[in-house]
Amino acid sequence: MGMDMSQIRTATHAQAKLNSRSAALAAAMIVAVFGAVFIYGIGFAGADVLHNVAHDARHANNFPCH
Amino acid sequence: MFGYLRMFLMVALLAGITAGVVGWGLHMIGTTPLILEAETYESAAAPEAAATDRHDHAHGSDHHHDAAAWAPEDGWERNLYTLGAQLITGVGYAFLLTAGIVFFGKGADWRRGLLWGLAGFASFTLAPAFGLPPELPGTEAAPLLDRQLWWIGTVIATAAGLFAAARLRNVYGYAIAVVLIALPHIIGAPQPEVPGGLAPVELEHKFILVAVATSLAFWLVLGILTGAFFKRYAAETSVAA
Repeated sequence: MGMDMSQIRTATHAQAKLNSRSAALAAAMIVAVFGAVFIYGIGFAGADVLHNVAHDARHANNFPCH
Repeated sequence: MFGYLRMFLMVALLAGITAGVVGWGLHMIGTTPLILEAETYESAAAPEAAATDRHDHAHGSDHHHDAAAWAPEDGWERNLYTLGAQLITGVGYAFLLTAGIVFFGKGADWRRGLLWGLAGFASFTLAPAFGLPPELPGTEAAPLLDRQLWWIGTVIATAAGLFAAARLRNVYGYAIAVVLIALPHIIGAPQPEVPGGLAPVELEHKFILVAVATSLAFWLVLGILTGAFFKRYAAETSVAA
């Protein structure tokens, strides 16, 4: 009755794969937030100094400028 | 999770910094000379404003810069800040690409990376450029906030549409893609009341061409490198969803 060892091993392996997938997704979510913050700061933030510093890059990368 | 985070950050930093340097090099020979040329028309139109602040462009009452705000000196200092800005742009986009590859769940190599780069170019450059083409300083434009909102909306809609088509690969996916990609253009980009600019039209057109071509090269390098580094350092996270 119940599961033999190989079945338990398979189930554990599947669970581990699932855990690692969610860990990867969580990490990717953080990376995506970093990306959004970087792009917002370089392309959109309104401060004059930021605008002046990134001016040529904003025009060249087709961020809406001025 | 922190192991993965470190992996993804390394992939994105390596790809983003390299592509950023390449993009900067292309800007130095491509777009920057055209921007500087356009500014000569601007300073001719408003000599006093140009003398105090070259960024206080003579257009749009909605947009006013504090003349006292610090700006880098023309020449190497200004170009160095452009390098910094392009590095941040490269790393920022590399973060988004890397995250996209993980969400997609099919892994990457340089070939798939090339497709990711094309998708990034289509989403972040081509789609917004249809409504809001790259602009030289001194070009008339609608209020900044309207354009920024349309730009962000267009990028998200286009990227989501491409993602759906590539992930689902069925009639629903393609239908979602068509609707999402077309929607921003049906809504229409905010346009200035009176179009025009200080620089000659030929210069404007040349700038649009050079900026779009530069961006394509930048995105291809970024995509290929992100894919290659992903395969090298993060392949084990390619577990399909």
